[in-house]
Amino acid sequence: MPQTSAAETGTDATEDTAFEIAVSTRNISKNFGDVEALNDLSLEFPLGQLTSLLGPSGCGKTTLLKIIAGLLEPTSGEVEVNGQKVTGPGPDRAFVFQDFALLPWASVIRNVAFGLELRGVARSEREAVAESYIKQVGLAGFENAYPHELSGGMRQRVGLARALAVDAEVLLMDEPFSAVDEQTRRKFQEDLLGLVQDQKKTFIFVTHSIEEAVYVSDQVAILLPRPSRVSEIIRPSSFRGKGVDNIRRDPEYLDIVDEIWTSLRRYVE
Amino acid sequence: MMNRSLSLKVLSAVILFGAWEIAGHIPVSFAFPTFMESMGALMRMMGDGTMLDAYAETLKPLAVGIAISAVLGIAIGVWVGLSRFFDWLFSPIFIVMQAAPLAALIPLLILAYGIGLTSKVLVVCIMAMPVIVLNTAGAVRNTPDSIKEMGRSYLATDLDIILKIIIPAASPVIFAGLRLGISAGFIGAILAELKITPTGVGDIITYSRSIADYPSMYAAIFSIILLAVLFLNLLERVEAALFKGNQRGYASD
Repeated sequence: MPQTSAAETGTDATEDTAFEIAVSTRNISKNFGDVEALNDLSLEFPLGQLTSLLGPSGCGKTTLLKIIAGLLEPTSGEVEVNGQKVTGPGPDRAFVFQDFALLPWASVIRNVAFGLELRGVARSEREAVAESYIKQVGLAGFENAYPHELSGGMRQRVGLARALAVDAEVLLMDEPFSAVDEQTRRKFQEDLLGLVQDQKKTFIFVTHSIEEAVYVSDQVAILLPRPSRVSEIIRPSSFRGKGVDNIRRDPEYLDIVDEIWTSLRRYVE
Repeated sequence: MMNRSLSLKVLSAVILFGAWEIAGHIPVSFAFPTFMESMGALMRMMGDGTMLDAYAETLKPLAVGIAISAVLGIAIGVWVGLSRFFDWLFSPIFIVMQAAPLAALIPLLILAYGIGLTSKVLVVCIMAMPVIVLNTAGAVRNTPDSIKEMGRSYLATDLDIILKIIIPAASPVIFAGLRLGISAGFIGAILAELKITPTGVGDIITYSRSIADYPSMYAAIFSIILLAVLFLNLLERVEAALFKGNQRGYASD
């Protein structure tokens, strides 16, 4: 993918503080009964970049993502997307689910167009949009297939196309590649880097894989449990522009992966 | 594949009817006619219009009862599945209805609603509705959370979620309930004609037995079973046409 858009989206900015903020969460707490999932968590997500939420299980990363999506209500605190307070799901955010959440009775094209269908877009129009995104995620020719006829990786491509089709500014991805096989996952990760550059959208990406987080992210937020908090924000700087093939052997990439593992190790039983 | 399943169906029919024919020849009972005799009686009654008149009578409570049971049953079932309160309010009624010995309760129905169409429709409904309601409610309650959440995140209204997600997701089990309910409804229709007033197919059964015309009696029983099987096959096709992707289960499993 061409690298020209990198400068425009601000990835080459000299100072970390210069980013425009697309999504911010302020003092978010969330309790499920007596269990405290999140406690006073504040985090900012720069516009046009991919931020990973990384942490051991039970650190509340998926809870935070669902609060940003408006699917869960925080016990206290607030979320702002482009300066607007979040009160529920909105057209500015689209969600990619870990288990794909496709409608098994609907064809690929209807699944991809489903977000637009719910918004009342006319059939011919929404199918045209869906078709172009199906092509973009590499599923051309499968428009009329049903989810059970597709592999896991292809199903997640459908989920991704559905999220892209509604043209939201913020893409929320909940461990999107955890249910697909290793090789497909690597391909997805490479494609995701291209997508972040092309789409000029803000990505919030939940993962439990350290390598994946460092590989795809402009910014990695490390979340720790008990009490749930943001322990560190890491911004890999040097290897982002070197091309997808060189990232995994870049010294900085390897150092960051090691450093994160060192800090997470004691939280993993 | 299709041919194989068709030939298996034909084979099982041949075995069943062959066994019937042999059992009739032994004979297992004086009151048990052979398959060929019964088919002969069936042809005769179809030829002279007896069958047609009988079904014109029997289909009235059957069609009305099944239509009411299907529409009302699915509506109540969705409601019960969605709301804990309606579950509390309605579920016991249908569980009792399903467990009740209907034949013993028919005198009560006659007392309340007379011997006309109303009572017969009620018998069909009492047979058919509980399983439709309970199946629908169970299926609605068990809709996977992730697709409901998906609907909400893509801005579905509550009505969208019910119509475009919950009902299609529940449809395999709803249709299973419809199949069970409708076959029970067929039983109910004949039961009503045997126990309330002898009309239609029930009249042929009662009358043929009283004059020891067993081939006609079995022909009438055979015809109602045949009709039920044909109807259930039709229902299966409707389901397959409506929800194609459901045929192989859930993608997210």
